[in-house]
Amino acid sequence: MSKILEKEFFSENVVRLVLDAPEIARTRKPGHFVIVKIDKQGERIPLTIATSDPDKGTVTLVIQKVGVTSAKLAAMQVGDEIMDVVGPLGKATHIQKTGTVLCAGGGVGVAPLLPIVEGFKKAGNRVITVLAARTKDLVILEEQMRAFSDEVIIMTDDGSYGKKGLVTAGMEEVIQREKVDLSVVIGPAIMMKFAALTTKKYNIKTYASLNTIMVDGTGMCGACRITVCGKTRFVCVDGPEFDAHQVDFDLMLSRLGAYREQEQEAYQKYLETVEIAG
Amino acid sequence: MENILEYLKAERSQEWRAEIRKSMKAKERMEKARTEMPEEDPLVRSVSNVEVNTGLTAGQAVLEAQRCIDCPSPTCITGCPVGINIPKFIKKIEAKDFLGAAEVLKDTNGLPAVCGRVCPQEKQCEAQCFYTIKMDKPPVAIGYLERFAADYERDSGKMAIPDTAEFNNIKLAVIGSGPAGLAAAGDLAKFGYDVTVFEALHEIGGVLKYGIPEFRLPNEIVDVEIDNLRKMGVKFRTNFIVGKTASFEDLKAQGYQAFFVGSGAGLPRFMNSPGENYNGIFSSNEYLTRVNLMNAANPDFDTPVISGNLVAVIGGGNTAMDSVRTAKRLGAERAMIIYRRSEEEMPARVEEVKHAKEEGIEFMNLHNPLEYYADDNGRVNRMKVQKMELGEPDASGRRRPIPIEGSEFMVDVDTVVVSVGVSPNPLIPASLPELKVTDWGTIVVNKETMQTSIPELFAGGDIVRGGATVILAMGDGRKAAAGMHKFIMEKIKAN
Ligand SMILES: Cc1cc2nc3c(=O)[nH]c(=O)nc-3n(C[C@H](O)[C@H](O)[C@H](O)COP(=O)(O)OP(=O)(O)OC[C@H]3O[C@@H](n4cnc5c(N)ncnc54)[C@H](O)[C@@H]3O)c2cc1C
Ligand SMILES: Cc1cc2nc3c(=O)[nH]c(=O)nc-3n(C[C@H](O)[C@H](O)[C@H](O)COP(=O)(O)OP(=O)(O)OC[C@H]3O[C@@H](n4cnc5c(N)ncnc54)[C@H](O)[C@@H]3O)c2cc1C
Ligand code: SF4
Ligand code: SF4
Ligand code: FES
Repeated sequence: MSKILEKEFFSENVVRLVLDAPEIARTRKPGHFVIVKIDKQGERIPLTIATSDPDKGTVTLVIQKVGVTSAKLAAMQVGDEIMDVVGPLGKATHIQKTGTVLCAGGGVGVAPLLPIVEGFKKAGNRVITVLAARTKDLVILEEQMRAFSDEVIIMTDDGSYGKKGLVTAGMEEVIQREKVDLSVVIGPAIMMKFAALTTKKYNIKTYASLNTIMVDGTGMCGACRITVCGKTRFVCVDGPEFDAHQVDFDLMLSRLGAYREQEQEAYQKYLETVEIAG
Repeated sequence: MENILEYLKAERSQEWRAEIRKSMKAKERMEKARTEMPEEDPLVRSVSNVEVNTGLTAGQAVLEAQRCIDCPSPTCITGCPVGINIPKFIKKIEAKDFLGAAEVLKDTNGLPAVCGRVCPQEKQCEAQCFYTIKMDKPPVAIGYLERFAADYERDSGKMAIPDTAEFNNIKLAVIGSGPAGLAAAGDLAKFGYDVTVFEALHEIGGVLKYGIPEFRLPNEIVDVEIDNLRKMGVKFRTNFIVGKTASFEDLKAQGYQAFFVGSGAGLPRFMNSPGENYNGIFSSNEYLTRVNLMNAANPDFDTPVISGNLVAVIGGGNTAMDSVRTAKRLGAERAMIIYRRSEEEMPARVEEVKHAKEEGIEFMNLHNPLEYYADDNGRVNRMKVQKMELGEPDASGRRRPIPIEGSEFMVDVDTVVVSVGVSPNPLIPASLPELKVTDWGTIVVNKETMQTSIPELFAGGDIVRGGATVILAMGDGRKAAAGMHKFIMEKIKAN
């Protein structure tokens, strides 16, 4: 049982929750995630630990509503209890001082990018963050990113905010302007694929944090498996970060869609029940 | 050994037992036919989750108990990894003292209702029964009788909670709540320790919960046993991964003085065949976890599962049988086993293979998968298989399968479950670099005490054996509990 201690909406679809989880707070490092199961009927979903406070014994999650479980979490209130929270899981990010780090995030990837941006900044790097979204309303966590970035570049597909264009255009602008030592990309698989192709052109070491579908998060099921450099790897224990130039993103893209029909159907059903309940 | 034989002899000569023995002639006992286990109709059970074996009635149990001739040197006991006093519990059943029978079982086996259901009896106790080895007749149905006595006790509401020694306030940790961990926790509680079981998942029970399906082992039965451990003072912490949530050092700092590691062999193996990562291809762990642990087939639960129409399960073990029968229950039109050897070499329990056949499972034995193909959405739609023949026996003593060149053909599938074995869970060894492990990743232990290369750390079950059985895991847990008790007592004496 983990109690929700604080709740704040960053935007209509993005919520920050602070949970009481003293043990996890004590051992967690940037890049780690937890698996959360709301109630008896719930599914287990992975969420990055955005920050933690070992003294207060709290961990902070930043959740974007995309389906049933994320929407249910966003609807929970301060004082409510989440039945199961387990972690910290995964390998911690290799945060070191390397010089200039180009971080790029889009869609569901922006939330898990936040602690990485923070970590690299605190380690003394110059951090440039590119945030990409389809349109202005979908740009999230801009303020939080600015707090830990030397520069934030916003890209929208329709040009309604920041610059018009894809995430890769924003990345290229930076790469052509100055020397980039390392890049970290998190977002939809298709975005990571093209971001990785971009940095590969310039021979910039790039990490992608992969948000595959997971069940246990401890290496027991293989639901999270992907192909890296021709070999099968488990994202939950071998990752979630991998050398982006070695990941088979096309396969990952298709694996993420494995339950799309069921997910959409379930979300529709959930939204209807919420509407009825008012 | 001497002592045990003496003890068994003394037990056997007790008056009640001699009387029961004399109540019927051995010849008459041996003429009786083995009782058949009543089963749910295949047509009913293959579309629901009801338990397949429905259990003996009291009358049937007594009749079957009469078959046992109460041998002077009971060979059956040598086939049981925990050495249950088999003739004694069976004669208690014959004497209609069913609660007494359950008590005998519990002297050496903390989970008789589980073992009576899932033990490979035909390879263990029943393989060593006098009927099997000397008479060439079907053995006494030891497993059925064990289940009967345990179920009777549970249903009677008079379940005995084992006596525990005076609480000694010494904290011990058990890591993993599978059969090995549960058995260790039970014995340690009996010795009077303050025992906490740490479990990574949100449910207690290990494979008993996430792996073995309801239709073979209802969760309720496991839960009753866990409740009993709670009543004995054992504490449980779910969602706690030792090595992640807290390290061994952290736990030591919290006062834990010794550890039992029963972390199992939970890592699924794949075959690295081309196309194996397409959608619709699962490890049996994922498939069974979604259905058993997450209740994915129940629309009230949020976890999804793909319930295919044309399901191929690769492998021939218990896990493969559980997966293929689960697929049938999720509505598959064709549920197939693809196994590279013949039925004779199948590691699955004979009963499971029989039940699978009754339920309409197709067996493609002597076939091996080569490659998978997918549709435009990346969902598997066909697989290429190759026929095999059997050659000379290999290191495992089973005949080696050899591919038949040019025999490849395609099978239409929409779901594939890869069930070709598991590897030891690396979480604990990875967090303890000084712990001695084998090249296969299993933890090295002293076979008598189950102590590892780290003195305060003991281990047993699949993490030591690399994949075994429920009863072997429990036997290890009990041995380790004794080893830990000795270790602590010596430590106290030394101070
Ligand atoms: C290691 C890791 C860390 C993560 N950290 C965060 C985080 O900090 N904040 C956050 O908001 N999300 C994070 N995610 C993604 C999060 O787990 C998913 O958004 C969540 O599982 C969706 O569940 P749902 O029931 O709400 O939606 P579903 O109904 O399951 O899915 C709705 C839609 O989202 C897509 N989707 C489903 N699962 C994922 C996924 N894992 N990644 C990307 N898209 C997915 C589906 O294709 C579908 O279209 C992380 C994922 C991983 C693997
Ligand atoms: C589908 C299936 C069917 C089977 N059928 C049979 C059968 O019919 N008969 C039979 O005798 N055997 C059967 N077996 C084998 C049997 O289940 C195993 O041999 C037995 O469960 C091993 O017990 P264990 O306690 O060693 O490990 P497990 O049961 O695997 O339990 C290990 C537990 O430890 C937890 N854990 C791991 N690491 C950590 C950590 N770091 N911190 C906290 N917790 C941790 C895991 O989550 C898990 O719950 C079957 C196995 C499977 C998978
Ligand atoms: S525990 Fe297993 S091997 Fe031992 S008597 Fe019971 S069924 Fe047979
Ligand atoms: S060997 Fe068979 S007949 Fe003899 S005591 Fe054991 S169960 Fe009974
Ligand atoms: S989520 Fe199960 S192995 Fe990674």
